[in-house]
Amino acid sequence: MPRRRSAVKVPKVRVYPLGDTALLAELGSRLDTALNTRAIALAAALKKRRDVRQAIAGHVSVTVQFDPDLITLDALAAAIRRLAARRPPMEEPGRLHRIPVVYDGPDLEDVASRLGLTTQRIIDLHVRPIYRAFMVGFVPGWAYLGPLPEELITPRRAMPRTSVPAGSVAIAGQQTGIYPLDSPGGWNLIGRTSVRLFFPDSDPPSLFRSGDRVKFFAADG
Amino acid sequence: MGDRVTPTLRVVQPGILTTVQDAGRPNAVAAGVPPGGAMDRFALAAANLLVGNERGAAALECTLTGPRLVAERDCVIAITGGDLGPSIPMWTATTLGAGDELSFSGRRAGARAYIALAGGVVGDRWLGSMSTNLMCARGGMHGRALIGGDVISMGDLEYPAEAGFSLREELRPDYSDPTLRVIPGPQVARLPKTFFGERFTVTTSSNRMGYRLEGPPLEAPGEELLSFPVIAGVIQLPSGGQPILLMADHQTAGGYPVIATVTSASMPQAAQLAPGDDVWLVETSIADALAARAAQRAALESLTS
Repeated sequence: MPRRRSAVKVPKVRVYPLGDTALLAELGSRLDTALNTRAIALAAALKKRRDVRQAIAGHVSVTVQFDPDLITLDALAAAIRRLAARRPPMEEPGRLHRIPVVYDGPDLEDVASRLGLTTQRIIDLHVRPIYRAFMVGFVPGWAYLGPLPEELITPRRAMPRTSVPAGSVAIAGQQTGIYPLDSPGGWNLIGRTSVRLFFPDSDPPSLFRSGDRVKFFAADG
Repeated sequence: MGDRVTPTLRVVQPGILTTVQDAGRPNAVAAGVPPGGAMDRFALAAANLLVGNERGAAALECTLTGPRLVAERDCVIAITGGDLGPSIPMWTATTLGAGDELSFSGRRAGARAYIALAGGVVGDRWLGSMSTNLMCARGGMHGRALIGGDVISMGDLEYPAEAGFSLREELRPDYSDPTLRVIPGPQVARLPKTFFGERFTVTTSSNRMGYRLEGPPLEAPGEELLSFPVIAGVIQLPSGGQPILLMADHQTAGGYPVIATVTSASMPQAAQLAPGDDVWLVETSIADALAARAAQRAALESLTS
């Protein structure tokens, strides 16, 4: 049965210049699956335009690099508002990835005591949802996954670590993620996985794409 | 370009950091891979056009100290960008005969020089680009900086290479100008007072990913932001108050307030900054930024007619 048109909320789009050849179009400011779906659809529609060089979706925004010889910032902003007001295409469910996790991260106990939960409860809560890959980026292969169950929401560490091993499974705010490479990081480490996320010699090199779905399950170390 | 590859320049001394760079891999950012590419795109384009290449062909990017290279065969090269004291004239296509040596005496202005080779430098291609990505160890010279003993190869020449072309002096960028023109960023309103016109110093925590700038204490309080894709030129303000100017190998997304973005015409100057350099961030309009961009393009077009 078709949904009624009035049920579709049209997001208010804020457009900001990023220099003279790019812009940021914000559809919202809070983590929201519907807005993320729209952002991904908007980026895909913009990429087809001749005057757009690159359009990448963020959580609830799109960063657009354009050719100022072909279109002005204001004209592109107007085109973006028209596109964003369109009903987004029915979303294909993203690919589902099942990720085994050994829940023995160095911050697991600390997170549990901070949240007043047992470590087992943390694990049970973390494996429960099917998460959405809101955005791929930051470092090669990283995906921001979420939203986390409310009970797991916790700030990032006050002091970021200078080195976090690849495969670390972490939480911060409403989100969870897996470090694809050894790198500095400020998220709370609750476990680790042997699944590789970044394949430099494949194209695309990232396991996750925006809109994919991710389910964790507890595995034995 | 054809498939023939000719060993041409032998590396005697590599310099501090000399890498193969081209116009970068803009499509890899969807996988979180930095776009990379030459820091100074004007200098890259000029060097390539001077020797008859496509403007985005791969070339050598030399940082602070240039390399010592010996020509294994006759070739035509052009050196542009920062003045690191090359042994041949800059901004001019020059023939090196077999056995000729190219060396650099030391930094005079700017921080990065570009050496283009007629036929193009040939390196490993990764995700659509020959640019070197040191973090992923891919692209260019096997994903690493040049070392002594490496041999740089050139690609096929469509036409015989010619020496003598030069970019007119008045069309070369003024790398000694310490002002960077910026457009206010999405979160600029969070700053209690403006930072435009203030002096900042490029700190030692600066590299191809970005520059950390030290200046008047800044704070942009407000709600935590959801990360969004960023571009080179963006100036982020993390907590702690030291802004970061993102450069070619920047992380593809950020959740820090963006207080300004350096204009496309000022990015070549930004690329020529080294730790210890002072810089002034001056607000400009999009119209003025586009006019400056058009002037740079006209300078490059003077090389194609």
